[in-house]
Amino acid sequence: METRRIVDRGVKYILFISAMISIVIVFLIALFIFREGVEAFNTVGVRTMLFGKVWRPGQEQYGILAMILGSILVTIGAIVLGVPLAIGGAIFLAEVAPEGIQAVVRPAIQLLAGIPSVVYGLFGMVVLVPLVRKIPVPGNSGFGLLAASIVLAVMILPTIASIAEDAIRAVPQSYRQGSLALGATHWQTIVNVIMPAARSGIIAAIILGVGRALGETMAMIMVIGNSVLMPSPMTNNPLTLFLRQARTLTGNIAVEISYATGVHESTLFATGVVLFVLIMVVNISARFVMRERQAIH
Amino acid sequence: MMSDNKTIEIQHENILLQQKKSNLSLRHATQSAFFTILWIGGIITVLILLAVTGYVIFQGFKAIDLQFLITPPRGGLSGEGGISTTIGTTLYLVLLTIAIATPLGVGAAIFLVEYASDNNISSRFLKGMIGFSHFGVETLAGIPSIIFGLFGYALFVSTMKFGFSLLSASLAGACLVLPVIIRTTEEALLAVPRSYREGSLALGATKWQTIRKVVLPASLPGIITGIILSVGRVVSETAVFYVTLGGSYRMPKSIMSSGRTMALHLYYLAMDTRAFEKAMGTGAILILSIILINLLINFLSRRLTAGLRGVQ
Repeated sequence: METRRIVDRGVKYILFISAMISIVIVFLIALFIFREGVEAFNTVGVRTMLFGKVWRPGQEQYGILAMILGSILVTIGAIVLGVPLAIGGAIFLAEVAPEGIQAVVRPAIQLLAGIPSVVYGLFGMVVLVPLVRKIPVPGNSGFGLLAASIVLAVMILPTIASIAEDAIRAVPQSYRQGSLALGATHWQTIVNVIMPAARSGIIAAIILGVGRALGETMAMIMVIGNSVLMPSPMTNNPLTLFLRQARTLTGNIAVEISYATGVHESTLFATGVVLFVLIMVVNISARFVMRERQAIH
Repeated sequence: MMSDNKTIEIQHENILLQQKKSNLSLRHATQSAFFTILWIGGIITVLILLAVTGYVIFQGFKAIDLQFLITPPRGGLSGEGGISTTIGTTLYLVLLTIAIATPLGVGAAIFLVEYASDNNISSRFLKGMIGFSHFGVETLAGIPSIIFGLFGYALFVSTMKFGFSLLSASLAGACLVLPVIIRTTEEALLAVPRSYREGSLALGATKWQTIRKVVLPASLPGIITGIILSVGRVVSETAVFYVTLGGSYRMPKSIMSSGRTMALHLYYLAMDTRAFEKAMGTGAILILSIILINLLINFLSRRLTAGLRGVQ
């Protein structure tokens, strides 16, 4: 056999090995996070960890419920604030905006998706937190769920807007033409034809936004205050809940990993396991919704 | 298709119903009202995004001068000094990460596009592995960065005893950017017309010769786009390096040295020393580098599409 044929064969196997690297890494990540977290689940107990309300590593109390709630609340806040703007922006870009504006706005959104999260965190610390502090509620420090939700809303806006815009653009022209030909206005076409047709893509965009929000770390540490107490309203008004300081699952890992040892360190990996499982559920449901959409078209 | 037709029919009925209720001018009034809202929404979105970057760049420029760029941070409690060593560390880390991730990512993409789609892959085992590989790429792309950090901390820092070092950080960072490189390279390879490959194979070249001499050169701008995207990810990433890189503000002497990137430096300045002015300066430099990276990507992708159009 000629050398070039042998080379051809050899290269194929080398490439095969590099193609397997991604699944190997996923496997290794799962293995290491679970292996290091298992000690915590065994000594502390899964239920005590997940539903324990007190996090005091010094006294061997390792409940992460407050962090789970922190992550969920800040994500809800970001979705409530960010999704209407993101979807509106997507409709605007795909259907309403003139070419010239699209040509400027789309690269701008692409750019903003790439800005480091610490920059958003810094903006939050310097500009947003002092603004939030002005809300007259006793004990309001400015740092907390509200400031974190706003920062996170801005951070997930580009992600959701660009995926939703793609979904709207993917609706076949014939749908639009059909609706317009029936005498519907452009707006009626958007509401009654285009949005229903793009629905699954838009839902997937929101779910991916949720995934990003749950996974965000540094910007959250910078503005959320990092208190480990269970979040609760500060006055009779339940909305003051969002003025509370809190801590996210991601923040819990990043803040404490540098000095944690023994069981404490293991609980941080267990926190990682909880986060990993949450994110996997979110991502798989997004993929499921996306696949449904492909089946339709 | 069936259900779609049905929904269209239902929507058609809805429209007809609405038409009975409303007259044309009312419908147009509704439309202009909502379009105005959309315009306002669009403008607000852009303004918010401009406000964040504009504020940081504007405030940051007050702190930036040549001294800021060429003096090392002194690590004092007020964040004295400049950012020279953090620029150096960032470049060092970017080079290392890309050097690790590119061969693996491009290799994986070549296999997934050029070999895995072959009809003559009959082995069920191989097909299964390829499915797994795709699943791996998709999963990696969705994992939050702090998990990569945790993984890097457990495997590279502790188990393999690399310590908090550029090596640990770049290995963890390579895992983070791998899906980016694989996906963009896959797209670039798929964009190369079939006829290129057929022409080369018809001339008697082997598959690998065809890939190396024909397919890869044709898809190069796309592959480079993926690499530059990864550079952007590494420059802006913080969480992974926060738990693997250590955070020393000195210039790293070897790949076993600890260090801090610009993004990490910003974090330490803001959180540990509350030196917001210097942090803004660092942030402005970061945003400018991201803008530069984006311009490069846009330039390259325009060249890529122009090149392929010119050929066809």
